[in-house]
Amino acid sequence: MDPTAIMSQLITGLSIASILLLVALGLAIIYGSTGVINLAHGEFVMLGAYSAWALQTFFSLNLFQSLFFIFVLTALLGWIIERVVIRHLYARPLDTILATWGIGVISIQAIRLSAGGELRYVEMPSQLASSVSFLGVDVSAFRIFILIFSAALFILTWYLMFKTSFGVKLRAITQNPEVASSFGINSDRIFGLTFAYGAGLAGLAGALISPLKSVYPEMGTPYVIDAFFVVVLGGVESLMGTVFSAIILGELTSFISFQSNDTIAKALVLLAIVILIRFRPQGLFSSKVRG
Amino acid sequence: MDKKRRSFLKKSAVGASAVAATSMFPSIWIKNSSLAYAAKGEVKVGVLFSLTGTTGIIEESLNKATIMAIEEINDSGGINGMKIVPVVEDPASDPATFAAKARKLVLNDKCVSVFGSYTSASRKAVLPVFEKRENLYWYPTLYEGRECSKNVIYTGAVPNQQQDEFVPWLVEKFGKRWYLIGSNYIYPKEENNYCKKLLEGLGCEVVAEEYVPLGHSEFASVVNKFKSLKPNVIFSTVVGDSVVALHRQYRAGGLDPETMPMASLTTSENEVAAMGGDAAAGHFTSAPYFMVWDSPENQKFVEAYRKRWGEDKVTHFVSEPSYFQVYMFKQAVEKLDPSDIAPDTIREATKGVEMVAPQGPVKIDPATLHTYLWPKIGVCKSDGQFEILQQSSEWLEPVPYKAYPNQQCTEEGLKEV
Repeated sequence: MDPTAIMSQLITGLSIASILLLVALGLAIIYGSTGVINLAHGEFVMLGAYSAWALQTFFSLNLFQSLFFIFVLTALLGWIIERVVIRHLYARPLDTILATWGIGVISIQAIRLSAGGELRYVEMPSQLASSVSFLGVDVSAFRIFILIFSAALFILTWYLMFKTSFGVKLRAITQNPEVASSFGINSDRIFGLTFAYGAGLAGLAGALISPLKSVYPEMGTPYVIDAFFVVVLGGVESLMGTVFSAIILGELTSFISFQSNDTIAKALVLLAIVILIRFRPQGLFSSKVRG
Repeated sequence: MDKKRRSFLKKSAVGASAVAATSMFPSIWIKNSSLAYAAKGEVKVGVLFSLTGTTGIIEESLNKATIMAIEEINDSGGINGMKIVPVVEDPASDPATFAAKARKLVLNDKCVSVFGSYTSASRKAVLPVFEKRENLYWYPTLYEGRECSKNVIYTGAVPNQQQDEFVPWLVEKFGKRWYLIGSNYIYPKEENNYCKKLLEGLGCEVVAEEYVPLGHSEFASVVNKFKSLKPNVIFSTVVGDSVVALHRQYRAGGLDPETMPMASLTTSENEVAAMGGDAAAGHFTSAPYFMVWDSPENQKFVEAYRKRWGEDKVTHFVSEPSYFQVYMFKQAVEKLDPSDIAPDTIREATKGVEMVAPQGPVKIDPATLHTYLWPKIGVCKSDGQFEILQQSSEWLEPVPYKAYPNQQCTEEGLKEV
């Protein structure tokens, strides 16, 4: 590989990583702090993409204008689902798998019945439709935008977790719910907001990838799988781990798929994860949050 | 000779058992034995397209085209006064369910023919049912060829029909360096096999051949490879939702269809609507039918389709054969005496049937039971419709084994040459 090709694959890897991070961040927050294995995460991504489509089609809003509404909409939906279903299941983590999976199936069918099953079109913002030269490599401007956006979201999330009283309370509950509540922390409310925030992040992810990828009711499934890879490899409770594992998976995929093809890349990356988990079951980065 | 004798024995055995049945059971049982195929002025056919599941959306349009043709025929007097009665089943995009429903249509409902299937996987799943029960399946989809069943009428294109004019045309217009990309399953591999043979004959170079997983949506590395290898033509047999992602990322990556167009056998009006006109514009598709094709028959077809199913509906290169093959069925049955109507007599009567379809005049090849078709080359415009640049000068013969010169599909079955 010549230097330009290496540079170009490095940047491609970062771009893939930023999409992975975007999709995995919401899952990492929910899984890491509440312990709920949210199999409906992919469907929140899908609902975000469909919200972008609906806002564009029925209200003529472009992607930038609709991002805020999409976050609020999916977060609200996440909050309702937490209130109605999830909060009864915190003591039964295995049952949350079944419940969230059911919610996912219901969401897919609801979209199928209301919006139809055909592929949908979300327009790319025209300012970002071209490609730009970045470190001597031609890259899609929209991919650069996603890269910056997901980095910003990560910093925001990190700040929320480690620099605000909300984050302190959430980490306290995660470490020991009984002691936390005896200090007057309302864990019910905190968990509800956490779930809403995670769902909102997933919705944003769906909206942002929709101009690059295809929008259809079952689109969420591959993303939830990728997101779990990222979270499990990075270490369940570690936010930093999520970033590094997204970068590792993105770069691995990028270089292997350039050297051979995407089918091989998928298989080899999965193999690498299995081997790593075998020797480091806690993930690459072990917890600082949970005691 | 041996085969004839066996089928004679089989027939006489059936006859004998029918006689036995008449003498042993009350008359109500006779209905299912000898004359059942065209009883009470009705001809029963099965309609086997998924209405739910992953391919439900596209197959629903095939179901609609089939039903519309049946309704049109019945409204204009049926087949020699007999009504076609469709038995509709939903196999839910699942090959095993396809087989179960096919068995039900053939055995319980005693359908004389079944119209169905979009994917090759579902066709392969029902094939044993039709071969074992000597029934007849009508398959409307373009597919990879390499099949020679006496129990299937194939009305979609095979590789030689879509590629024979398309590939040389692209080579002349754009150049000799080709990049082959497809989804990872049988259809793209067979199409590429044939494409490579054509390219070899034209002295071209295949700079890469690669397959992405079904449902794949991250084409960043693929786009980088396009950029570094700089092919003249990207020959794409990527299918389904991946087509949309590939086109959008190609466009976002700043590539230009003027110098590096994608040439596809599977991108239809459906996919173009989902990727947006700007991502589709300038790329090519080869198919026997496009919705914009200008002919009185197509105008009638599109108008009737929209009137029956909704003004926003599109017709495409699989729904058109789903429509005209019902008319071919009608022509075949028309030739038969009502008491002779059975799957095998319909097959014999279908051989050589001709009609003017929306795409142009078509004919069933007696040897292969595939169809003579009119391949066209279309370029996509930014409004999301195709512009037809060229049509073949004559109808093209279907040669399902063209990539395998030592095999040949004949009336007697597959022959090794």
